[in-house]
Amino acid sequence: MVTSVTSFSRTGLSDWLVQRVTSLVLLSYFLFIAYQLLGSVDYTSWRALFDQTWMKVFTLMASLSLAAHAWIGLWSVFTDYLTERMLGPKGNAIRLLCQLGASLSLVGYVIWIIVIVWS
Amino acid sequence: MTLRENVRSTSKDPRPVNLDIGTINLPVTAYASITHRVTGVLMFFASFLMLWALDMSLASEASFNHVASILGSPFPRFVAWGIASVLTYHALAGVKHLIMDAGVGETMQGGVIGARIVFALAALGAGAWGALIW
Repeated sequence: MVTSVTSFSRTGLSDWLVQRVTSLVLLSYFLFIAYQLLGSVDYTSWRALFDQTWMKVFTLMASLSLAAHAWIGLWSVFTDYLTERMLGPKGNAIRLLCQLGASLSLVGYVIWIIVIVWS
Repeated sequence: MTLRENVRSTSKDPRPVNLDIGTINLPVTAYASITHRVTGVLMFFASFLMLWALDMSLASEASFNHVASILGSPFPRFVAWGIASVLTYHALAGVKHLIMDAGVGETMQGGVIGARIVFALAALGAGAWGALIW
């Protein structure tokens, strides 16, 4: 069973780089959010933050990074454990089903974030 | 029964695999790697809760206060602590990867030291989140 067909960018080297670039975006986003939450946050200041265009763009970047990062990470986990060797003859079908569920969820996450931030 | 019949094989590679991970004493680097994977999968599910909280917190002042009051009760508070701690471990292990990509700590001993540092910092982080949340 060829597994690279469900990988994020078809090649391991590219997936490796995407995983690292997206990790930096996510790390800076979560550090920023943690910094905001550790200060005194109320609805007015929280809403004002997310009304800024740069924060909307930053949030969208983080959501796209999350989708790519999770896709690559889950693909690595699925192709290691959800295999015919680990699960028997149904291994490939189970993996593809999980892959599909994960991918659809991640697309859903991105759409959800766009709706949250831009509506 | 021969060994070959006893082992599941893939169509691509019919050779038997006799590696039983459960009987092997794993090094700390292996536990660091497995924990990185487990916390990554957990973050995939936690993202749903975080998105829900973000959605509610931005929808209106009333729903913002609703989320705040939910996070005030014991179980959601524990879940929030868990997500923060899991994310902290995952981020620290990721930073360790980036440092190793830069060529630092790539030796056998370096890997062991790096894994120990990540576990120690993650434990400190979980403690700090606990102190902040409770």
